[in-house]
Amino acid sequence: MSFKNFCFKKSLWVFHFGGASCNNCDIEILDCLTPRYDLERFGILLVGSIRHADVLLVNGSINMRDRDRLLEIYEQAPKPILVVAIGACGCTGGIFAEGNTFAGPVDKIIPVNAYIPGCPPKPEAIIAGIVKLVKSV
Amino acid sequence: MAVYLFYLIVFPGLLFSAVTGAFLSWFDRKITARVQFRKGPPLLQPFYDFFKLLLVKETILPKKGSPMMFLLAPVLAVAGAALASVFILLPLFNISSGFKGDLIVIFYLLTIPSFSYIIGSLASGNPLAAVGGSREMKLIMSYESTFLLFLAGIIVKASGNFNLYSVISIQQNTTPFIGSVSGILLFIVGIFCIQAKLGLVPFDMAEAETEITEGTFIEYSGPPYAMIKLAKYIMLFILPSFLAALLLNGFTLKGINILWAVLKIAGVVLLLTLIRNTNPRLKIKQAVSFFMIWMNLLAVIAIVLAYLGY
Repeated sequence: MSFKNFCFKKSLWVFHFGGASCNNCDIEILDCLTPRYDLERFGILLVGSIRHADVLLVNGSINMRDRDRLLEIYEQAPKPILVVAIGACGCTGGIFAEGNTFAGPVDKIIPVNAYIPGCPPKPEAIIAGIVKLVKSV
Repeated sequence: MAVYLFYLIVFPGLLFSAVTGAFLSWFDRKITARVQFRKGPPLLQPFYDFFKLLLVKETILPKKGSPMMFLLAPVLAVAGAALASVFILLPLFNISSGFKGDLIVIFYLLTIPSFSYIIGSLASGNPLAAVGGSREMKLIMSYESTFLLFLAGIIVKASGNFNLYSVISIQQNTTPFIGSVSGILLFIVGIFCIQAKLGLVPFDMAEAETEITEGTFIEYSGPPYAMIKLAKYIMLFILPSFLAALLLNGFTLKGINILWAVLKIAGVVLLLTLIRNTNPRLKIKQAVSFFMIWMNLLAVIAIVLAYLGY
């Protein structure tokens, strides 16, 4: 394991992209940063600008309008960037999969590194997903 | 010549103050986490952040705007902070630079990082960065006059000495300046000026991440952002030690006194962190009137009291 890789693993900064979400996943993601689960123990921070991000967290169903935004955000991110799809909507489309305006699950638009299914996934599941992501780097 | 380069690059300059500042930054984050009943990051977290940004991430240049100034601004910020650290820390470690009036030079050098953040944000061509830059500019205009009055108060208390080395030796021969009414008032003013200079929470409207998404630093990524982090680490160390030198008697580096020196810096940083964690972000208008009216008033009262000998 090289030094670069080690530092990258130890400080993943997260940018949160919410598609047409019902807000449950957003709440669970915020829950990960609160005292009970505290992801800052692993150096994970929520940042405000995509230019500082190492992980792009996508949740919610991606509809036609969101698709362009998501592509733009992904292209603006400094590489290497990891993409995590959270929740049933992000992973497969969930109950919106056959909707008129649905523009495909996240992995049809941008490459995805980790999937965390659930509606919404528990904070424990999100942490488990992030551990797997860190191990795969 | 070699010894000056050593001063600038290794000991009290760039390397030493950056490493100490990184540990202080960890301390700040850990205290923040403990205040919120969290566990907080590991000890080496600031180093991981810095090396990740420096070695791993890609640099993205703005399409509109001036790439040259955009890349030069973080370097200027680090250079200004490193120069200021030499001027502040040499007297603190009991090495006389033999330079009269270095308080004025330190005052100018300490503004360089903020100015280069403004230059960098305006060169990035991003509208949110422009908002952040203009807020930073207003903030500088409001706190710099207060900071100058604060320094004037110190100079009155040190009976007209402009030299940091003699300010410290006056305190060590008599009593620390904070042990008087005017000293306490000056300490309050100084703490708020430092808070604004560091861009910590009540005064972080220039980089409000929830509102204008990191404002001044929105376009920075990779190595330039690592340079900005480095400048912030250095500032987090040298501003509290400047306050310790001006009001808290400086350092004595003998035996148990080393512990006192560490505790002084840690105490000032703890105070800054607690202010940061217990206050909401102010609007820029509120910050301007806070410094222009209330802090200036307090500083003037302190100067008058110091002149009368209290």
